Amino acid sequence: MSPAAGGEQGGRSEYGRELRGYLWGYGLAILLTLLPFGLVKWAVLPEYGLYLAIGVCALVQVIVHFRFFLHIDPPRQNVDDLHLILFTGLLLFFMVAGTIWILTSLAERVSPSQGTFHASSLPETQR
Amino acid sequence: MSAAAPLRYPGINLGSAHPETEEKSGELLFGFWVFLMSDAIIFGVLFATYAIMLHARAGGPGPQKLYDIKSAFMETLALLSSSFTYGMASVALKHGKRQRALIGWLFATLCLGGLFLRLEVGDFLSMFQQGAGPDRSGYLSAFFALVPLHGLHVTSGMIWMCALIGQIRRYGVDREVKLGLLRLGLFWHFLDIVWVVIFSFIYLGGLA
Repeated sequence: MSPAAGGEQGGRSEYGRELRGYLWGYGLAILLTLLPFGLVKWAVLPEYGLYLAIGVCALVQVIVHFRFFLHIDPPRQNVDDLHLILFTGLLLFFMVAGTIWILTSLAERVSPSQGTFHASSLPETQR
Repeated sequence: MSAAAPLRYPGINLGSAHPETEEKSGELLFGFWVFLMSDAIIFGVLFATYAIMLHARAGGPGPQKLYDIKSAFMETLALLSSSFTYGMASVALKHGKRQRALIGWLFATLCLGGLFLRLEVGDFLSMFQQGAGPDRSGYLSAFFALVPLHGLHVTSGMIWMCALIGQIRRYGVDREVKLGLLRLGLFWHFLDIVWVVIFSFIYLGGLA
């Protein structure tokens, strides 16, 4: 992989920057993978903290992938791409949060004794 | 090319070293980005379905019994590394002079994608052997709607990659091949992001 010689004056530095970007992304993603797997494997946190740690690591890793692998860099990005990400995020929030909210609430109403949608809240024939 | 050059489209920008792609790349990659975002909605809604079906076990086995943390970890490493090797292929496409580096990195990506699928199919088979197929409970229906759909995406990405390698061999790295590689790159990195959410919320969340 020799960088494109001639032509662009900054060809080499851009090559180096992009190579480093992928290496950074890979390194950070490995770290953010090892951390939650290790926490679950050796169960060092109480349950609530564990879920929180897994969620935070996932969110940060998704951002790392967007930044270093998909090259989404807000100040430099085409504004249409960013609008689409925001719009998709909004739709996902409405659909996912709305689905969970409505169906959990429904399960509670069907079976007041159950906090969540348990198999035991179904009629015997569906178990 | 200064560090602050604007990005015309998602993914690595080939820039002025590849003038033949400049004209079409903006609209093609934006269109593909629209497709990926709609695909993200499909996965998101399947995640929501999984979340509400998680306790609908119908007396069947649950995540603690069915998931294997070691296997999920190996799959994660394989897919993450394949995302990195595809990134190296993109760098070779943009800055490399020779085809061999590009084809080499694409082959590495194919092998890692194949390893991922091989491990994932192994997981599914072991679940079937325990009588935990999609017909066992609502929870397992939701699982088998979501996780194999991602595997199917990876499979189609690999078929696409084979087709592009064939085109490189036949026609060289021409404009169409470059634009195809840019789009496949977005697809491949997007699938890795979906997998991050799968391993975090389904595998680790289920085993925690």
